[in-house]
Parts: sequence; structure tokens; C-alpha cells
Amino acid sequence: MLKIAACAKQVPDTEIPASQFVVDEDSVVVVPPPGVQPIVNGFDMNAVETALKIRDEGTECEITVFSIGTGFVMDVMKKPLAIGADNLVLVDDPATGDLDATGTALALQAAINAEGGADLILCGRQASDWDQAHVPLILGELMELPTVTLIRSIDIVGPDELRLERVTSDGYQVIASPMPALLTITNEAGEPRYANMRGIMAASRKQPKVYNLTDLRLADLTQRLKMTRLFVPETESEVEIIQGEDDADSGRLLALRMHDDGLI
Amino acid sequence: MPAVLLILPDIRADGTIDPTASELLSASRTITNGRSVAVFLPAEAATNDSEWQGLDLDVVYRVELPGLLEDYRSGIYDVITHAANEVVGRNGHQTVLLPKTDMGSIVGPRLAARLGGAHLADCVDLTLNNAGRIAATRPVHGGNALAIYEVEDDIPHTVSIRPGAFEPALARGDTRPTIEDVTLSNHSPSTPRADLLETVAEEVAGIPLEAAETVVAGGRGLGGPEPFEELRTLCHTLNAALGASRAACDAGWLDHSHQVGLTGKKISPKTYITFGISGASQHMAGCSSARNIIAVNKDRSANIFAHARFGVVGDWSKVLPAFMAACAELRDDD
Repeated sequence: MLKIAACAKQVPDTEIPASQFVVDEDSVVVVPPPGVQPIVNGFDMNAVETALKIRDEGTECEITVFSIGTGFVMDVMKKPLAIGADNLVLVDDPATGDLDATGTALALQAAINAEGGADLILCGRQASDWDQAHVPLILGELMELPTVTLIRSIDIVGPDELRLERVTSDGYQVIASPMPALLTITNEAGEPRYANMRGIMAASRKQPKVYNLTDLRLADLTQRLKMTRLFVPETESEVEIIQGEDDADSGRLLALRMHDDGLI
Repeated sequence: MPAVLLILPDIRADGTIDPTASELLSASRTITNGRSVAVFLPAEAATNDSEWQGLDLDVVYRVELPGLLEDYRSGIYDVITHAANEVVGRNGHQTVLLPKTDMGSIVGPRLAARLGGAHLADCVDLTLNNAGRIAATRPVHGGNALAIYEVEDDIPHTVSIRPGAFEPALARGDTRPTIEDVTLSNHSPSTPRADLLETVAEEVAGIPLEAAETVVAGGRGLGGPEPFEELRTLCHTLNAALGASRAACDAGWLDHSHQVGLTGKKISPKTYITFGISGASQHMAGCSSARNIIAVNKDRSANIFAHARFGVVGDWSKVLPAFMAACAELRDDD
């Protein structure tokens, strides 16, 4: 039985319009817009989907989703379960808000080890909130695992042997990796499947296993970095709206205006 | 006194130093306060490419290690991480600057972990605060906000710098850096590692996005793959490259090689014409250096209008055919 750990982060919905994005500069935090649910980071859902594809292709596996944070919305965090992941493990602790990337990686390592380790650790290529893309790489170093980023497909070609496709700026690379390994998954891997009613029902009955940082002996982590300021930069709109008699006329006038300015 | 700061430039496929190196040197000058700067170069690159000789550097480590140069194209970067860790360990650099290229994105965090330090990704500004600590500014939440981070005292840190965020440092007359040859023993990792088998370049039909003067792009608002055929025709008329938002690529309407955005291509055309793209900040991160953004969108409150020079608020399916016809006529007249 192949043990797959998929790391998933709860993040603010990226579909909210920029005008609704608000920060509290005094407390250096993002203020979630009222009434908008968070989401599971999109790339992390690509990672869950990649795990499910390994199962689809006939490898027996146990897929456990790990998440570090606090204020989890259970309907959101159970989405991976609803599409087919087996277990959900949360490190739920208010102190996780102060963790830097190394702290988060240590918490993931401790939680994965507490659940008996993993043959394959899959993470999204980056989180859509802080966009650092560094937790998986630090986790790979801590666990001394071969670590390969930006994976769009995984082939299990032999016992403990993987064949990977890694996306590059102008194509892809084929990479061989032993297992256990840590891989980061990119959106080119494919969108997550939809949950069906049976999946949603099954997920609603499952209870996550919950740790806090004290359980994992990580109550006193050193903070290496501190965010001291957070602000929304000013943008000044100077758009000239081209308005014709109807939409087609606007299109024609737009072309003329652009031509006058030497843009086409 | 040993250099406090180490620059780890990327190396191009032809073995020469990536041009972002001189941007890293500019970035370093904002935080070193006159203290010395060292650069890490594979010995072959230092020999083949003399560009660095004119730059205002203090020390160049010419690093000799089998497989080091090849590792810059491996996509895995185990050898570079190992060698950089050795060099930093010997010389006690507190700060390592890397470009936010594929190599820097991977070696930065890995090296930080080995040093027991911290990593700051994709920084656009660096300063020293009153206490002499490094403060780094980076775009967060897909570019919706900027965050400033400070590194705690005595914590070694790696910092990746967004390409284009700093002006290249100009060559300075006749200074010659001290050259230190560093010969490292074979990299023999304790754990099995991944290996590159093959690199495949995928042919992209038409003009490459990064080089195009004009880019035409479509987003989720187009509703399906068919409208992209019309955009292709427009590209042909305007001699433009075809782009798309991530949503359109994820939906399978267009191959991901056309994706513009934070996790796609970063483009800087003279003219960027968008249809049905709302301009989410993740998308804008890929096109913010376009000089003239043109937006066609039915929603006047769409973010793309905040960045556009010209806009049409309307139904793309009506605007596009008329726009195309007018473009074709204007082109014929020219």
C-alpha cells in the first residue's frame, strides 16, 4: 500500500475582486471579506487530484491530507475527502499564525511522521496567499528526500521508482526519482475532479484527526522572519473608455484610436 | 574582513552568466553599506564569460566541482545547493542573493534550510532599517498587497530577487575583484536523488510570447475554445503572439504554454490586447510591464480597467469582429 501525503492549505478565495481585498495595516493581517468562504489552495487541489490519478491507474494507495493552520472551515477542508482522499489530519493551533516557513515545514514533518510517514509527499507548487513556494522545499530538506518541483505527471515505473514530467518555461523535462520523494504539483497536472453526492456524504461522516503544536512538541519554535508591514499599493486608473453607438462600433473605434496612437 | 554577502547568479544554457547577475549586484548595494560582496561562479562560467571582470565586485569564488555547471540546467539543482552550502559554510556569509529564476526559486529555500536560516522569495525592494536589519519587500496575495519582512538578528538568509526589479549595475572602470579558487570534493549525497533524463522543448506555433511587440489574449470571459481561433486570426493580422489567462488554460481551451501570469509567462509587449480577462492580480503579475494594456470586458468594475490605457465595456463577441475588420483595413492601408 502506497502512502501518499498531500499537503493542503486553507487560503482566502482568489476569485474575490481586488476592490474587496482589504488589509489591516496596524495588525499586519489580511481582513477576509465578510461572507466569502476560504478555499483549499488551488495548486494543493491539483496535488490531491494527482494522488487520485495514481490510484485510478491501479496503484493501491492511502491518501492522507495534511494541513497546518487555524480557523479551519470544515466544509472547505473536507473537499479533498469528498473527491476521494482517505484521511484528513489538521495541525490546528492559533500559534500557527506566527510560524514561518521552517516552522510550517517542521509541523508538517511532525504530523506526517506521527501518522506513520509517507512514500510520496505531494504539495501544491505555491500557495496563493503568500506566494513564497518554499515550504515544500524546506520540508524536503528536513526529511532528506529527493525533491522535484513543478510536476505535471507522475508515473510509477517500478518498485520505488518514479518517472516525472516537470514543466519548464518552454516545454518539459523527464526526471527519474526514487521513492520516497517530495514533489510539488503545478496546475498543468489538471483540475481536480468534481465531488459526487456519495463522496460528499462520505466526507461529511469522516472526522479529521487534530493535533496542536504542543502535541507535536513544537510549542517553542524560533521565529526567523517577521512581517513588519502589509499594505495595498495605490494604483491610479487612467483608462480611456471607448464608447461607440453599439459594441461593434466601439470595437471599430478602438482600432482607430489604437492606430492613431501607433499601437497597431 | 570576509564578504558578508554572497551573490549566486544563474548560468544560461550556453554557459554564460545570466544577465540578472548585475541586477543582483545592484540589489546588494542597497544593503551592504559599503561592505564587500562576493560572487559564486562555476569555474567554467568564470573562464568563458568575462563580463563579471568589469563589475564592482570584491571577491569571485571560482568553484570547481564535477557536474556543477550541468546542474544549472538539471531542474533539480542538488549540486548547486551542495556547493553553495559549502562556500557559505567556509566564509560565513549572512546573506545570499539569488535571482527568482527556476534555479533561484529552488536553491534559495533549500540552502536556507541547510543553513538553519530563512528564505525570502521574489523580492522587489531591499533596504537596511535603523537597526541595521535587512527589510525585504515582496508582492503577496497575487500582487494585491506588498509585505515587508525583516530578518531576525544572526539568522542567515537567502533572498531571491524578481528579475527586472533592480536596474543592472553598471560596469565600473578598472576594478578587478580578488579571485579565489574553490575546489570542492565530489558531491556524494547520503540519500538517493532524482536525475534529469531528458529535456523536451515544445514547439509553440506563432511568435513567442516573451519576444512579441504585440500580444493578444483571451480569458474565461470567452466561454470556450472556439473564440481563440478568432484571436489567432487577429494575431496573424497584427503580427502578434497569442496569450491566455490561467483560467482559460486550466479549462483546456489553450495549451499552458500560452499562459500569462504569476505562474505562467511574464511578458512585456508594447501593446497587450485582452478579451474577457478580468485582470486578477495573479494575471497582472505576468503582464504588468506591458506598456499599453487594452481591455475589452463586459464588467466595468473588472480590475483590468484599472491598468488599461484604452477600454471597451461590452460584449466581446460583438466587439471583436468589428475590431478585427477595422484592424485588417488599417493594416492594408499602412
